[in-house]
Parts: sequence; structure tokens; C-alpha cells
Amino acid sequence: MTDIALNQSRWHFSNWPVWLWSFLGALIVWVASFSLAGQGASGMLVAALSFAVFTVLVGLGQMFVITLGPGNVDLSIPATIGLASAVAMKVMDGQNSLILFGLLAALVCGLAIGGFNYMLIRLLRIPPIVATLSASFIIQSVGISYGRGLQIKPPAALTDFTFSRIIGVPVLTIAAVILSVIAWLVLNKTIYGRTVSAVGQNPRAAHFAGLSVERTRLLTYLMSGVLAALCGALLAAFSGGSSLSMGKEYLLTSIAVVVLGGTSVAGGRANVPGLWGGALFLFMVSTLLNTAGFGSGLRDVLTGLIIVIAIALAGSRSASR
Amino acid sequence: MSAEVTKTANESRPSNLSRQRLLRSLLPAVSLVLVLLLIWGFNPRAISYFGLNLMLNLAIPIALATIAQMCVMATNELDLSIGAFVGYVACVTGTFMATEPALAFLMLAGGIVVYMLAAVVIHLRGVPSIVVTLGLSFFWGGLALLIRPTPGGVAPEFLTAFLSWQPPFVPLPVVLAIVLALSVHVLLMRSSYGAILRGSGGNERAIRRAGWSILKAKVAMFALAGFFGILSGMLLVGVSSSADATMASGYTLLSIAGAVIGGAEFVGGRISPIGAVIGALVLQLASSALNFFQVPFLPGGRIPQEWQVGAQGVFLILILAARVLISRSSSK
Amino acid sequence: MTALMRPALELSGVSRSFGAVRALSGVTLTIEAGKCLGLVGHNGAGKSTLMNILAGALRPDQGTLLFDGQTMDNVTVASAQKLGVRCVFQELSLCPNLTVAENARVLHPSIKGLGWRKRAGKLIGDMLDRIFPGHDIKPDALAADLSIGRRQMVEIARAFTVTDGGQLRLVILDEPTSSLDATTARQLLAFVREEIRTGVSCILISHMLGEVLDYSDQIAVMKNGQLVATGPVSDFDRQSLVDLMSGGEHPDRGVHARAAHKFENAPIAVRAERAGRGLPFIARHGEVIGLAGLAGHGQTEFLVSVYDAAKKSRSEIHVDGEVCFVAGDRQSDGVFPLWSIADNIAVNSLRVLRNRGLLARSLEHALAQKWGSVMNIKAPSLEDEILSLSGGNQQKALFARALATTSSVVLMDDPMRGVDIGTKLDVYDIIAKEAAEGRSFVWYTTEFEELEYCDRIYVFQNGRIVSELAGDEITEVGVIGSSFKDSNAA
Repeated sequence: MTDIALNQSRWHFSNWPVWLWSFLGALIVWVASFSLAGQGASGMLVAALSFAVFTVLVGLGQMFVITLGPGNVDLSIPATIGLASAVAMKVMDGQNSLILFGLLAALVCGLAIGGFNYMLIRLLRIPPIVATLSASFIIQSVGISYGRGLQIKPPAALTDFTFSRIIGVPVLTIAAVILSVIAWLVLNKTIYGRTVSAVGQNPRAAHFAGLSVERTRLLTYLMSGVLAALCGALLAAFSGGSSLSMGKEYLLTSIAVVVLGGTSVAGGRANVPGLWGGALFLFMVSTLLNTAGFGSGLRDVLTGLIIVIAIALAGSRSASR
Repeated sequence: MSAEVTKTANESRPSNLSRQRLLRSLLPAVSLVLVLLLIWGFNPRAISYFGLNLMLNLAIPIALATIAQMCVMATNELDLSIGAFVGYVACVTGTFMATEPALAFLMLAGGIVVYMLAAVVIHLRGVPSIVVTLGLSFFWGGLALLIRPTPGGVAPEFLTAFLSWQPPFVPLPVVLAIVLALSVHVLLMRSSYGAILRGSGGNERAIRRAGWSILKAKVAMFALAGFFGILSGMLLVGVSSSADATMASGYTLLSIAGAVIGGAEFVGGRISPIGAVIGALVLQLASSALNFFQVPFLPGGRIPQEWQVGAQGVFLILILAARVLISRSSSK
Repeated sequence: MTALMRPALELSGVSRSFGAVRALSGVTLTIEAGKCLGLVGHNGAGKSTLMNILAGALRPDQGTLLFDGQTMDNVTVASAQKLGVRCVFQELSLCPNLTVAENARVLHPSIKGLGWRKRAGKLIGDMLDRIFPGHDIKPDALAADLSIGRRQMVEIARAFTVTDGGQLRLVILDEPTSSLDATTARQLLAFVREEIRTGVSCILISHMLGEVLDYSDQIAVMKNGQLVATGPVSDFDRQSLVDLMSGGEHPDRGVHARAAHKFENAPIAVRAERAGRGLPFIARHGEVIGLAGLAGHGQTEFLVSVYDAAKKSRSEIHVDGEVCFVAGDRQSDGVFPLWSIADNIAVNSLRVLRNRGLLARSLEHALAQKWGSVMNIKAPSLEDEILSLSGGNQQKALFARALATTSSVVLMDDPMRGVDIGTKLDVYDIIAKEAAEGRSFVWYTTEFEELEYCDRIYVFQNGRIVSELAGDEITEVGVIGSSFKDSNAA
């Protein structure tokens, strides 16, 4: 945990990636839950894999944003999910033929929100946290007013798609894994990804190393908006319709999975596999707490505590550098 | 020669800076007057003893939460758990305060302790406050649900009695706002230790060099935040006479917005208690004002209810934009 | 009179190192009560380290401090303050969000209770009146609203305030007049002389040789972490101080082969004509241009503006070709601490390291390997973390990063700060070689030896280019002469 240990056991450290811990945690909790319930091991796993998809989607966007460095957080994700899901449902209007248009509309909506966020950050020179916060106020209102009385069922084909499986594995999960691989490539194999990491470590040095800092910031907020929008559209299809409060829980979870997955909260170091570990872990924890018969209150208390403790422990990583 | 150059360069700056500061500090007050004028323009009867009472009674809990947020912001941190915490306090107050006051006070005091612990973790572990407080928001929300799974409860009598008091000439919320603004102003802006507390946000190193403990200052500020959060939750129950775990979830955003409108900065320990209270009032009035606006081309001629939240966002952005304009025009 | 001649503070054999750099070695110095000691030396001579040790902000590795005949161990800032030692640091230590009176309170915990603002305001106001009669600083003004000069005045006045029967014994002023105009500077120095008569000692650190000679009783000259001369002020004059600070080395030393180059016909790489910023600046292809002068006189700002001008053209600065930047402050401007050495080297060349759109590790590795070995970076593997390298090798990695690019202009922001001599010699050779191949170097440095590797140098003062030296004119005396042109000497 300390500097010395970290320096001396460098090889040990890199052989045991941080994200392994979140998977290990998820595994332990999974075993605990199905032993407690006495059944349903595979059912829990499939459910976890399905639900993790949404968490991972927003987590990816949030991860890139957080990697941009201290102060960078996208608080408009829940509002974006709410609005984008309403937009998607309205455009699709329950018809299979309009699915693509609906998805496209949702993505445009996410792009617009990301661009708006960046514009506030750049023009008003305010910390991203406040920019995305003020944006979320507005998005919420747009969402309420746009989706008033909206009870449109998602197109059957889309709903079917979100529930379909290939050899027992949810298709959505496969898609999300593919997306994660792409995100990993973007992060590690493109100039953009390199720049995100550089800016997160030291924006001044990034500027002096010839990297385009501002363009990277813009792209990152755009991407976060788009991924949240995609999550919103799929979530609406998955849960049989859109609701504006649908995204609410994703504010904390999007940040929590990023941090639990080994991404540095101080910026500069992102971790894609860890997101899955974090997402599975959080879902398994809530399943365990459910199976144990805890009410939603106690579940939240324990989730909050687990997150704070995990973050306090993870804090030593960023402090040691 | 060079001395002359530096001298003139130095001379030209300060007057600009203080003018800028003056403009900025007037911003909340000006917006308050503007909002009041607008409301008066649309519905003169609203600006009366009872009209103000009605419009502002919910503003006082928000103002208290805003002060709590401002205390945290003074240490260059941010509290994303204040809304959930106020909800927790409301549930404790509504459930236990009337029947088991000792237990209720113990639970509230525990809230302050958790706030202080959070400050210790944030300072010693060097973790960002937003993540810690976001986690705590789950913690408070969960506790609140445990205490009050369904909305309900009763406000303790002393609270309802206090809130139904009608002081002569000036409505109670206005009196409370003034008392709150002035007392926090005295506490943080006028007391000798208040200078140290704010200074630790302004130049941590200088304060440490002079032999003060930064940890202590941070813990003190978080404790204050917890304290004002408690007052906010209690008054909220008093005003709405029942409690609900999520009744204050909007307060997190409102409190940040209010503090920012009131002139607080995210870094540098710049705060203004009077501004923060005004900021909270402005936000509350702005959303009330929406009910009065006549907009001919909209169905029903009124701005719909759902735009209240959005109006707060627009307001926040406008104020921030005004600030940027002020500093740009002064720096030229 | 003789009672006042006792020593207030004695240092013996005080040493302090930062990593491999020995900032102070064996300094033995006595400061007498009621005397003003002028401390001079060029950048990096160890003055600030010495002062931080006296103030309790740094602990010496070796040596003892005797204060008033008593050994001081484990000095902290607070305990030094209690003993009556006050410092005015170069970076300001006021809280910008507090008023002048509140800032005074920060230093005096005993000011509290009802009416504390008035008392604190009076304390600082009275002191300002005494030191700077006619000043216009109000105690309830916010520090952030004051000009730099006024902030400096407040800081100085605050250092002289005492409460609760405390006593002032030693005041250390680090460049106190750097942001004061001529009148207030004279007011301050006159006040210091007056205070000294009451038995207070003072250490005056200044680059203004005139004021040191006029207002000190004794002078100590530092160079390379050592005391090279001490004695009563009458032993020194301007010229002898300059000679001592530059180590008594004289014009004929080390004019390098570079002076033989002729560049008149080479195309211009950088041309900067900034209004109100002194002489025009020109760098030709293949030239090594030095930026000299005292630290913080606008050299870094100049480099940054050239860098930005190359990305986004500006009317005053024209750059031909691409530029790259070698940071001097590695931690804040250069190194990416989470990355490997190879990643740190490759970061400025990513565009050419792609294979079918994706960054190719093999290309990256080859580039890092090539320039890592050119720069002779000593590491078991270039995949190791950059922070596992010594400071000097980290700096080599930053050079490798710059040289690996195709840039025609290399901007260097005092990159050799705290680098060992072996590394330096390696780098000098490479710079000469790269310049011969047509690259131009714009090199801000605070070390004289390095200026001798330059074809021409520009001397900066207060953000302006005040002189241009070429070939044989590049000598320590010449540079110090131009950078120490102060109003007193003029």
C-alpha cells in the first residue's frame, strides 16, 4: 500500500492488476448470494451481466471524463439518460421500422448535451462539475416537458433484442463487451486516448508535448453524452418504456464503478476491464443484500459505506504517486 | 526607468479589481431585486406579507442547505450529499423528535460526527470530496429510508409553533433569512478564527506556515456544514409537516447553485454568507415567478411547472456568464 | 555599544542536499545583533535554502544553529517565530481572500475576542505608517485587490509587527524590493536601518547590488552553495561583488568553437518583435540562442509565447517550422508520472507512430530505443516507470522527447536545473550536433557555463530584452553586468 511496497514490488503490482480485485469481490459476493439463496447461481449471473451493460455504458463515458483529471466529472449523465430515453421512445413510437431513427435521435441528443457541457466549461470558465450540474437542471426540464404524459411502449423488436441471448449470454452483454474492447483500443492505441491520459496527469505538460488539450476535452464530453444517451435508449427498451427518473441511480454508480475498477480518481489512469468488475460487483452486492432480505434502505446504507471505504483505500494509490 | 514601468502597471490594477469585486458582490442583490420586480409586475399582490410568506417559506431550508454547502466550498471541497443528509434529518425529526427527543438529537449529532469523519478522510487520504460525499449520499438516503420507509411522520410541536408565528410587519421567512445571513456572516466573516478558516481555503501554505492546523480548519468547516444541514432538515419538516426520505434530494444542486449565485468560488476560499442566502432566495423566487409569467404563445399562457428546475439552471448559467463578462470587461 | 556586538545567530557547517544536488555545503556564518547582513549570489547559489533553514521551513542535514547562544534543534516555523525570527518570502504568503487586517491576525493568534479586527487593523496600519509613510493601504482591503507591490508592503509590515510583549530579533528579507517602486524601496531600507539601531538583526537578500552596498553593515557572497566571501561592507564594491559571484573568472575563459560559425545567411527560424519588450529577437536555423538574465525576468514567458505562436500565428512572433519544448520544471511542465520512459519519450511524436490508424507499440518502442540510446538514458528498461529514473535521466528523457520530433526549433526552459554534470556534458554535445544539422535552439538558462555553448544571447530584465551579446562578448561579467543594471547603479 505504501510507496516502498509499490516501488519494490513493481512486477508483482503489474502482474496483479487492480481491476482483478473488483472481479474477485464480485465473485465472492456472487458465491455468497447463491449459497445464501440456495439456488439461482446462473440466473444471478445472467441478470448481473444484463444489468452491468447499462452501468458499463455510462461508466465508460464517465471513465474518460474522470481520467481528464481533478474536477472533471459528468453530473449530467442521469438527466441525459432520462431525456435520451424519452426522445428515443417518442421517435420510435413503438414501431419496429423506426428503431434506427430513434437510436440516432437519442445519440444526437447525447451529442448536443456533451457539446453544451463543454461550451459551458470553456466559455464560462467554470469547473466541469458545475457546468454539467447546471446543464442537468436544464436537461431535466426539457425532459419533463418533452416527455409529459409519455407512455409509449418500446418497439417490440428492440425489447426482444435487449432480452435475446446467444448460447445463454445476453446479446446486449456481447455488444457491450465489444464496445469495451473498442474503448480499450481508443484509450491505449489512439492519440486521442493517449492525450486523455496525458491531460489527466498534467494538462500543462500535455500542452507542451504538442497534444491538443482542448479538442480532447471536447471529444470526451461529447462521448460521455453519447454513451449516456445510448444507455438511456436501451434502458427504456429493456424496462418497457422511458421514465425521467430512470437515470437517477446512475449518478453514483457511474462514478463508483470507475473508481472501484481501478481508474485513478486523480486522473491520468483509466481502466476498462475494471469497469466490468465494478459493475458486476455493485450488482452482486445489491443482489446479496436483496437475497439476505435487507430492505432498500439498508442496501443503500451498505452500498454507500462500501463505496466510501473502497475509495478511501484506493486513495492511497493516488497519494503515493 | 524600469521602476517607473512597474509602478504604473501596478497602479492600474487595483481599482479595476475592486470595481470588479463590487460589481460581483452586487450581482446577487441585483438579481433579487430584479426577480421581485418581475413578480410585482405580473402580480402586485404577491409582494405582500402573506404572498412573501407563501413564496419564501420553502426558501429557508434551502438557504440553510446553501450555507452548509458554502461552508464546505470554503475549504475548496464540494458536498454532494447535502440533499440526502437533509432528507435524513427530516426523517429523524419527523419520526423521533416528537416522541423520543433524546434519541433524535443523538442521531442528529451523529450526523455531525460523520461529516467530521468525512473531512478527515478527504484531507488525510487525499481523495476528492465529490466521490466521498456521493457515497455518503447513498448512506444518508438509505438511513432515511430505514427510518421512514413511507412518507409521513409529524413535525414536533415546537417547530410548528415556531413556524406559525407571525411577526409584525415582516414575514417570518424574511426575518429568518436576515438572521441567518447576519449570524453566519458574523461567525465566518467577522470572527477571528473565521479568518483562519477562510484563509485555509485561500492559501493553505501560508496558514500552515503561521502554525495553524489545516485539518482542524477543514473538520470545523464540515462540522458547521453538518450543523446547518440539520437546521435545514428540521425546518423543512416544520414547513411541510411531514417527512420523506427523498424530500430534499434537489437540495444538493440547489445549494451549489445558491452558493455560486451568492458569489462563492470553487477555489480560493471566497465565500459570502449574505450572498449565499440571497442566492437561495433568488432561486426559490425565480421558480415561483415562473408561475406568474404570462407568455402569450404558450398554451394556457403560462410557463409550465416543469420548467422550474430548468429555470434554475438557466439562472445559474446567466449569473456565471454575467460574472465572466464582469471580469472580462475589467481586465481590459 | 559593545553589548550590542554579541552575535544574534551563529551557523556552523550547515549543509543541505536535495537528492543529488548539494544546495548548501558547510556554511559558517555569524549575524551580529543590531547589524544588517547583505546576502548576494546568483540564482541557485543557495540563498533561498539558507533562508528557509533560518526560518525553520527546512532542516539542515548537517551543522548547527546557535540562536542567542542557544542551540536550536528541530526548529519549526512556529518556534522560529516565537524566538523572534521573521521571514518575508519571495512568493507571497498572504491569503488573497482575507483582508489586510485578517492577514495580520493569521500571524498573531493572540489577537482575538471582541474588537480583534480593529486591533489587527491598527497593528498592521501603524506598522505600514511607520515603514511606508504616505501609503494608501486600508486595513480592510482584500489582499487580492492590492497590487503586487502593495501586497509586498503588507507582507513586509506584517513581518515587523509584534504582539504580547514578543520580541523581534531577526528579520530576513528575500528580494524585498523586487516588486516595490524606487520610493517605497528606499522607505523600507531606511526603516530597516532604523530598526537595526534597536538591536534587531536583518538579513537582506537582494539582486540590487546598489542597495546591498548602501544599506548593509556586512556582506556575504554565496556561490554554488558555499560562502565565498564575508566581511564588512567597506571591503566590497560593485565590481568586486560581480567578480565574486561569478567566481573571479574573466573574459578570456572558454570561448567555444561554436563562435566560429557564421549564420548571417541562414534563414530565420524565429523572429519576435514585441512592442515595449525591448530589442527584437531573431533566431536562425542552426543557431543556439541563449536567454540570460536573472531568474523570472520573462524568459519562460517568452519561450511560451514563441511556442504558442508556432501553433497559432501571432502578429509579433513568426516561427518557421514546428517547435517543441523542453521543460525545466519537470514536475509541473514535463513528465507524465504515470507513464513509462518510452511513453514519455514518444508522446510528442505520436502522429508518426501509427500503423493503420492505431498506435503501434513496436514503432513507439523503436523510437524510444533510438533516442534513449542517443541521450544515453541509464535505465534497466525503457518500459520502466519514468519516476524510477534520477532527475538527470528524467531530464534526458524530456530531451529525447523533443529531439525525436521533426521540429526545427527546440525551446528549452532552463532544462539543466538540478542536473548532474555528466548529463549536462552529454546534452551539450548533442545540442551542438543537432544544431550543426540545422535545428535551432532557444535556450533559457540560469547557468553561465551553458551560455558559452550559445552563438548569441539575449539578456532579459523585467520582461524586456535589454541587450544582445554575441561571440566574445558572452562572458559572465558581461551577462552579470547587463542583468544587474539597477536604478541605483545607473
